[in-house]
Amino acid sequence: MKNYRTKIISNQEVSPGYFRMKILAPGFGDKAHPGQFIMFRVQRSLPPLLRRPFGIFRTGFLPADCDGLPPIEFVEIVYKVVGRGTGIMAELHEGDKVELLGPLGNGFDSTSCDGEKILVGGGIGLIPLYMLASEFIANGCKVRLLMGGRTREDILFVTEFERLGVQTYVSTDDGSLGEEGFVTQVLERKLLKFPDAEVYACGPMPMLSAVHTICSDNQTPLQVSLEESMACGVGACLGCVVKGAGHTEENPSYLCSCKVGPVFKSQYLDWSALGQKNNDCGGCA
Amino acid sequence: MNELKKTTVMRPNLSVEIAGIKLRNPVMPASGTFGYGEEYAPFLDLEKIGAIVTKGLSLKPKAGNPTPRIAETISGMLNAIGLQNVGIDAFVEHKMPFLRTVNTPVIANFFGNTLEDYGEVAKRLNDIPEIAAGELNISCPNVKQGGIVFGTDPKAASEVVALVRKNLQKPLIVKLTPNVTDITVVARAVEEAGADAIACINTLTGMSVDVHTRKPRLANCTGGLSGPAIRPVAVRMVHQVVQAVSVPVIGIGGIVRPMDALEFLIVGATAVQVGTANFVDPSAMISIIEGIEAFCVEQGIDDIHELIGSLKL
Ligand SMILES: Cc1cc2nc3c(=O)[nH]c(=O)nc-3n(C[C@H](O)[C@H](O)[C@H](O)COP(=O)(O)OP(=O)(O)OC[C@H]3O[C@@H](n4cnc5c(N)ncnc54)[C@H](O)[C@@H]3O)c2cc1C
Ligand SMILES: Cc1cc2nc3c(=O)[nH]c(=O)nc-3n(C[C@H](O)[C@H](O)[C@H](O)COP(=O)(O)O)c2cc1C
Ligand code: FES
Repeated sequence: MKNYRTKIISNQEVSPGYFRMKILAPGFGDKAHPGQFIMFRVQRSLPPLLRRPFGIFRTGFLPADCDGLPPIEFVEIVYKVVGRGTGIMAELHEGDKVELLGPLGNGFDSTSCDGEKILVGGGIGLIPLYMLASEFIANGCKVRLLMGGRTREDILFVTEFERLGVQTYVSTDDGSLGEEGFVTQVLERKLLKFPDAEVYACGPMPMLSAVHTICSDNQTPLQVSLEESMACGVGACLGCVVKGAGHTEENPSYLCSCKVGPVFKSQYLDWSALGQKNNDCGGCA
Repeated sequence: MNELKKTTVMRPNLSVEIAGIKLRNPVMPASGTFGYGEEYAPFLDLEKIGAIVTKGLSLKPKAGNPTPRIAETISGMLNAIGLQNVGIDAFVEHKMPFLRTVNTPVIANFFGNTLEDYGEVAKRLNDIPEIAAGELNISCPNVKQGGIVFGTDPKAASEVVALVRKNLQKPLIVKLTPNVTDITVVARAVEEAGADAIACINTLTGMSVDVHTRKPRLANCTGGLSGPAIRPVAVRMVHQVVQAVSVPVIGIGGIVRPMDALEFLIVGATAVQVGTANFVDPSAMISIIEGIEAFCVEQGIDDIHELIGSLKL
C-alpha cells in the first residue's frame, strides 16, 4: 500500500465511453490481489477534490526495449465516463502526471479451487473479474464468466477473457449481443447444471441483489464486490460503510467497504438494507 | 566553502506550545479525517507532524448514520458520518498500543450526548497517561434538552466546558462550531469556563440535492461541509476569535497547501489542523510543514512566532 506519484503510459477508448488506462507503478504487482482497488487522483489542481476509486483490471510489465532498460511495471484500470472526474480522465495522455494510492482493501478469497467457478459481471463490474479469472485459471480451476450489460457496448474484453481460457456467456438487455435478457437468467440455468459451483459477482446493485437471492436459494457460496462512495479509501473517514448481517438499531454493525471490503462474502451483509439504497429524508436535523 | 555555508543556514524554529503541550511544528490532523493515526502510518512519518488528533471518542461505541454518508460538492465535501467510533474502552485496548509507539503527542477528541456523558469521558481520559490533551467537540446535540447543540448556546457551552474542566486533569482544547451568529460570544464563554485553548472551525452545516431523484444526497439529509470551500469563512472566524480571547487558537478549515496554513498563522492561530486534505493527499501534512519551513527561510524568519499574529491591518 503506497501513494504513487507517477505517470500515464497509455489511455485509450476501448468501447464508446469506456477507457483503459495503463499507469507506471513499480512494485505494485507483487502486492495486488484480485478485487482490490486504487484511489486515483485525477489531477494536481482542484476540483475534483476527492480521489476516485477504481478496481484493478490487471498488473504487468511492458517488455524491455532495445536499450536494455529493465521492464517497466504497470497497473491497468478500465473506467466508464460518468461524471466530472472520469470526464477529465478521458482527456489525459501518455506522460501526464497522476497519483494513485494502492493496492487497497480486501479482494476476492480465491484460495479454494473446488467445484465450478462462476463469475458474474455487469458492465464495468467485469473489470475486477479479469485478475480473478487469471488467478483461477493459473490454479487449474474451471472458470465460466457470465457477462451482462445494457447493450453490446457494455460487454468488454470478451476476447481477453477467452484467451485466458474462460468459458464466456454473454447477455444484453436489448439483445444486441448474445442472449436477450438479464445475466441472472443465465446464472439460474448454470446453477441447475453445476449445483456445487461457487459464484463471484461485481456489478450494479440491482444485479448483485438478484444474484444474492438466486445464490441463497440454491445455497451457493457467493462473494460480491461493492461500490460505495469513498473519501479516503484507507478506513479513516468511515464514509463507505455498509450494514453487516444482523444489523439492528440497538446492535448496529457497520462494515468499512474500503477496508473490510470491497469484496464481501454475501452472508455477512444485510441485503435488506443494500437492496433499497437511497434516502428517505427521515431525520432532517 | 560556499557549499558549507549553504548547509549551515539556520533552520527556522517551527515549534509551538499549545496549552502547555510542546509541538515540534504547528501542523496536526483534524479529528475524524485521520482515523486513529495508524491508518495513515504507511503514507507519512507520524513523528514529523506536530500532534496526532484522534477520531471523536464517546463513552459507548457509536454506530453512526445510515449511508450515503458523504457527497462531494464544489471544492468541498459534505459528511454525515454521525460520529461513528469504537468507544473509549476499545480505543484504549485496540488503538492506544500503536499510538504508544509513536513519539508524537496524542490529542484525544471526544464528545457526549448529555452533559453527564461529557463529564464521564473526560474522567476516563485521565486514566490514559499517553494522552497529552483532550479536545472537546461541542458541536453535538444535547439529547436531554431537545437536541440543542451545546456549542450554539453560550450557556450550554459554558456548562459543559466547566464540568469537563473540573473532571479532566489534562490540558483542555475546546473545538467550536461555526454554525452560530457570532462565534466570539461562544469563544469568550468557553474561555471563561476554563478552556486552555480553542480550536475552530468544525464543519458548516450544508445540504445537497440530487435533481434526478429529487432526494438529498446524504441519507441524513444535512451534513457538515469541509474542504477548501470553507477556508475563507474559517480564516475570518479564527481572526475574530483570536481578537476575542487570550488563550491560544488552533485554526482549522480547508487547509490544503502551505499557503493556506500560513493564512491562519498570520491571523493569529498558534497551530493548524488539516482535515479533508488528508483524503486528497495522504502525505499533505508533510508538504504543508515543508512549505511553511521554506516560506520562513525565504522570508528570513528564524522563529515561527514572528509569523503568528503578524497580520497587517
Ligand atoms: C471499490 C470501487 C471500485 C470501482 N471500480 C470501478 C472501475 O473499475 N471502473 C469504473 O468505471 N468505475 C469504478 N468505480 C466507480 C467509480 O469510482 C465512479 O464511477 C467514479 O468515482 C465517478 O467519478 P466522476 O467524478 O466521473 O463522477 P461524479 O461526477 O462524482 O458522479 C457522476 C455520477 O456517477 C455516479 N457515481 C459516483 N461515484 C460512484 C460510485 N462509487 N459507484 C457508482 N456510481 C458512482 C454518481 O452517482 C453520479 O450519478 C468503482 C467504485 C468503487 C467504490
Ligand atoms: C469525514 C469527517 C469526519 C469528521 N469527524 C469529526 C469528529 O469526529 N470530531 C470533530 O470534532 N470533528 C470532526 N470533523 C471535522 C474536522 O475535524 C474539521 O473540523 C473540518 O473537517 C474542517 O476542516 P477541513 O476543511 O480541513 O476538513 C470531521 C470531518 C470530516 C470531513
Ligand atoms: S472511504 Fe474512508 S473509511 Fe472507507
